[in-house]
Amino acid sequence: MGDVRLTYRVDGGDLLQAGEASSKMKMTLKKLGLPPDTIRRASICMYEGEINMVIHADGGVVTVDVGVDDIDICLKDQGPGIPNVDKAMEEGFTTAGEVARDLGFGAGMGLPNMKRYSDDMKIETEVGVGTTVTMRIHINS
Amino acid sequence: MRLYEIRDILHAQVLCGEEHLDREIRSACASDFMSDVLAYVKDQGVLLTGMVNPQVVRTVEMMDMKCIIFVRGKVPGEDILSLARERDIVVMASAERMFIACGLLYRNGLEG
Repeated sequence: MGDVRLTYRVDGGDLLQAGEASSKMKMTLKKLGLPPDTIRRASICMYEGEINMVIHADGGVVTVDVGVDDIDICLKDQGPGIPNVDKAMEEGFTTAGEVARDLGFGAGMGLPNMKRYSDDMKIETEVGVGTTVTMRIHINS
Repeated sequence: MRLYEIRDILHAQVLCGEEHLDREIRSACASDFMSDVLAYVKDQGVLLTGMVNPQVVRTVEMMDMKCIIFVRGKVPGEDILSLARERDIVVMASAERMFIACGLLYRNGLEG
């Protein structure tokens, strides 16, 4: 459990509006005075996750725990689940539709980017039940 | 390179953030795919893109970039501009095509 807990509800459906929660988190992390590089990494991780939630899962809930050493981001949805996580982690693999592509996403880079910028990432998923992605970002690493 | 120099090189129109044109930029990137932009964090200050939607502003915000240049004569709507204004992001529009815009900036000393 971190010292500060932030919770955001991400609405599904409107991909044009996606990113609002990440933007709010970023502003809060700035106010908390965290290092810019840490904030940027956390923001990218959450933003890609938020976009995924809207594209694939009709939204969900994001919890961010800001501790002394780490930021823990947990994205939980009740979407369709990921049938093959290894495949989903491959750069370029995507199941996103045309709407996502029209907005500049759906290139199969979301999960790989989240892994790249977090220090640790775990995916728990069950087809038909939902997906929980947790990422840890070390502060000032 | 300062943003006002970029404006002049690309014959661009400044759509918002006129007051920030003296910001210094060390490198730029260009893409229509936002996830590609998010994949390569360096110290880019400018994004050139032909993609016009609010996620372009979100992406630039997450990356701490300072300026968006819409190429190929594309002009963003007020929703995009107000999002950029709230975040102190400069927005320009240039009639140049992506390849030419990148080439002009690179030739004038801006690196990728």
